Amino acid sequence: MPESTWLPEGWELVVGLEVHVELHTTTKMWCGCGTEFGDDPNTNVCPVCTGQPGALPVPNARAIEDATLLGLAIGGSVAERCWFHRKNYFYPDLAKNYQISQYDVPLIHDGHLDVEVELSDGSVQTRRVGIERLHMEEDTGKSLHVGDTGRLHGADRSLIDYNRCGIPLLEIVSHPDIRDPETAQAYLRELQAIVRAVDVSDARMDQGSIRCDANVSVRRPGEPLGTRTEIKNLNSVRSLGRAIAFEATRQVAVLEDGGTIRMETRHWDEGRGVTETLRVKESVTDYRYFPDPDLVAVTSPPAQVEAVRARLPELPAQTRARLLAAGVAREQAVALVGSDALRVFDDAVAAGADAVAAARWLTGDVAGQLAAAELELSDSGLTGAHVAELIALIDDGTLSTKLARQVVAGVIESRGAHTPAAVAKAQGLEQVSDEGELRGIVEQVVADNARTVEDIRGGNEKAIGALVGQVMKATRGQADPRTTNELLRELIG
Amino acid sequence: MTAPTQLTQLNATDLAARLAARDVSAREVVDTYLDRIAAVDGVVAEGEVWSAKPADALSPDEPHAYLAVTAAAARAHADDIDARRTAGVELGPLAGVPLALKDVLTMRGAPTTCGSRMLEGWVPPYDATVTERLRAADVVVLGKTNMDEFAMGSSTENSAFGATRNPWDLDRVPGGSSGGSAAAVAGLLAPLAIGTDTGGSIRQPAALTGLVGAKPTYGTMSRYGLVAFASSLDQAGPFARTVEDAARLQAATWGHDPRDATSVPGAVPDLLSGLTDGVAGMRIGVVRELQGEGYEPGVEAVFAAALDRLSDLGAEIVEVSLPHAAYGLPAYYLIAPSEASSNLARFDGVRYGLRVDAATAEEMNAATRAAGFGPEVKRRIMIGTHALSSGYYDAYYLQASKVRTLIAEDFRAAFDDVDALVSPTSPSVAFRLGDKTADPMAMYLNDVATVPASLAGIPALSLPAGLAPAPDDDASALPVGLQVMAPLKRDEVMYRLGYALEQATGFAALPTGPRAVTTQEVS
Repeated sequence: MPESTWLPEGWELVVGLEVHVELHTTTKMWCGCGTEFGDDPNTNVCPVCTGQPGALPVPNARAIEDATLLGLAIGGSVAERCWFHRKNYFYPDLAKNYQISQYDVPLIHDGHLDVEVELSDGSVQTRRVGIERLHMEEDTGKSLHVGDTGRLHGADRSLIDYNRCGIPLLEIVSHPDIRDPETAQAYLRELQAIVRAVDVSDARMDQGSIRCDANVSVRRPGEPLGTRTEIKNLNSVRSLGRAIAFEATRQVAVLEDGGTIRMETRHWDEGRGVTETLRVKESVTDYRYFPDPDLVAVTSPPAQVEAVRARLPELPAQTRARLLAAGVAREQAVALVGSDALRVFDDAVAAGADAVAAARWLTGDVAGQLAAAELELSDSGLTGAHVAELIALIDDGTLSTKLARQVVAGVIESRGAHTPAAVAKAQGLEQVSDEGELRGIVEQVVADNARTVEDIRGGNEKAIGALVGQVMKATRGQADPRTTNELLRELIG
Repeated sequence: MTAPTQLTQLNATDLAARLAARDVSAREVVDTYLDRIAAVDGVVAEGEVWSAKPADALSPDEPHAYLAVTAAAARAHADDIDARRTAGVELGPLAGVPLALKDVLTMRGAPTTCGSRMLEGWVPPYDATVTERLRAADVVVLGKTNMDEFAMGSSTENSAFGATRNPWDLDRVPGGSSGGSAAAVAGLLAPLAIGTDTGGSIRQPAALTGLVGAKPTYGTMSRYGLVAFASSLDQAGPFARTVEDAARLQAATWGHDPRDATSVPGAVPDLLSGLTDGVAGMRIGVVRELQGEGYEPGVEAVFAAALDRLSDLGAEIVEVSLPHAAYGLPAYYLIAPSEASSNLARFDGVRYGLRVDAATAEEMNAATRAAGFGPEVKRRIMIGTHALSSGYYDAYYLQASKVRTLIAEDFRAAFDDVDALVSPTSPSVAFRLGDKTADPMAMYLNDVATVPASLAGIPALSLPAGLAPAPDDDASALPVGLQVMAPLKRDEVMYRLGYALEQATGFAALPTGPRAVTTQEVS
């Protein structure tokens, strides 16, 4: 049953998702140009990807293999023979004015994802979302419209960067099996996690290497599907959920008001939290698909498919199960799976760290500090060995939790050049737990706070905290709290 | 020292022998050809790259084979070849032989226009594979030749830069779309040329200008750098004055290319080793559907005489039916425009070539395409767009594709029985300029005998079989071509047959007649 109860009684939400994944192959789909994100405009281009007259596409074998790997990871079947078709339409950033895509026979058909949705009572439910197809195509260039609205219409001039043109792109189309925003979000997160696990794409929504459009309609339960709208510009998992919820509510309001839903493409405005008409699909666009005569059939004999299947790594569902079995909290397990942190986690555990502690650090403080610094884990220099060392320093009493946070900051600040032990030493952050050294400080504090000592002796146990605070102040926070407590109690008697 | 007149009359094989013997230098050969081009073809012989005169400034005595002549580059290449030959470096069999390149293949440093205003002034940033291989073989490119716009036409009258004239009779067409390449070789403006053939665009002009022209097996000549008309049909190939010359040029340029995904993998056959083996014992099929109605009597008479000659040479002549060949022309005129409608979409004014400014991107696209494309190109884009449209796809494009498969099966079945097939190349001899420009259907019928082989992807060659009068001039004597078709990847078979017939026919390739381009040396 749907978890969301926000739709008015008697309405059902129906959602299907189209997800585009840019493969992170070294070279483009049809030529040898590089695929690096963020390079200067029109530096990764050649006659092929800029559609020069006479240039021809040659398929990137690695991209086809990566697409096959992902297809197997989502439980799909591989077509023994499939073709590339041309999708014909005019747009300035589409160099050939047709996109090489797939049409009647996609590389992959009939997959599914089992996604876990947490219900409001805290329980977790697994839902299956069917996947109709995964097909291969090529990305377009990027247009930059200068002046006026910033959109194509009314711009003073348009600049085009063809660096992205021809980067291998996969389109993954789900069945309209989704009935609530949470499942849509879980599907997108799970797909992102799988893409990262099989390592075919960075799958970063902020860089556009994974993009999601949502087809949304509402109906009375049991009735045929309603007219759908397609929502674009969904830049995060969060906006996917918000946009679906808004759009469903909007559609129900229109229908309850006696109106009709138009088949249209709508733009999600993140700032205002609304969807707006982008273009109305008065008739289905005729793309005049036909088999690309520059290319031959892609053949995937069973033996070749099995060789790819043998390369499948541990998939997110399996990883989650493994983490839960190791005692990691569900929320942390979910956060780790499909993020860069999983590799660091596994390395930390391999280096001897306790799994529960490593998961807690990586999903807690480390994640928080990286977010505050707007830094990716992969760019931070923090390794599994660092995490293991940090936890060891805490376990042997060298670092308090509080000091450990400062050590993490130091390691990140050095981009991994300094180990936790080196940071602790250089910044003088080791705890003072040596009894001899600490005893003198505690004795001084006891002597200086005779009134408080009397209070404690009089039965006000809580007042001991004030003395601990004084010791900490005197040691600039480096006193081991446990040893300090023991010494205070001994001296006060 | 060879006299200039004799030099331009030499076929490529003989010229290569003189060059190898150092009887003549590559530079002398190039200069001789450049002088003749400057004197007769209608170019402005100035600067590093010479341009053809504007269409309205051309004289009716100028064949207008070239759109651009890469004079400086050709001389430099020739000097380089001579230097290496003098230094004792071993050179390829065609080293120093000049060649005319159809303006649909890219070459760095020279404009590629495809005979269209759309690409006027575009200098490609890369070499076609064919161009690279010519360079590697030290074949010297003299320039880029005129053609029907984007290779769409059968007379070279669809060029945006003015029609090319037939060197046999300057009032007649040289055929098309590779008419400039044909006129260059027939008019002694180059000993060799490269053309492209989509539905007959090498074979038909070869037939109309008394040359040998071949369309190799589809996928054996790289299409990389060949500006696409219909990708599943386009194939570059040689023009030459002899079968052996054509075989040598094909041998120098064909073979697998990793930059073309439709390129046939593996080795290609040796075209030269069995060239002179003759046709004794060969079973040759005459295609019943490619003769009779629509073929000029003069053409049929020359064809019949050629069959007798083949029979005399010991070949067994049998009649063969290709039941679906009659549907070849309509299928071709759906498939080729369909592919063209998509291939030509990239000419939008955004990245290269013509741009007609307008208020919006869409209006700029539309205005550019309206101004840049000629009427035949627009006609085919519209036909192709329609044939691929939802609701019409099954009836047109898909149906045509099925016919194509049936024709390929017809050929396979025929080749179970015979070694090669023959037919007239063209139903007519060269017709007068303007005769068919008002009637697209009459123009399309020129391709009736050549499109079946194109649709099946098989190799086919045209060679001159004799002379016949034009129906409108009993006194005329114009070349008639005979088409040889061979099984897939058996290009050597058509060359062997062609060579035997050529030797038996004794056809002299030089244009004759009152309106032939002058073969007299220019002072």
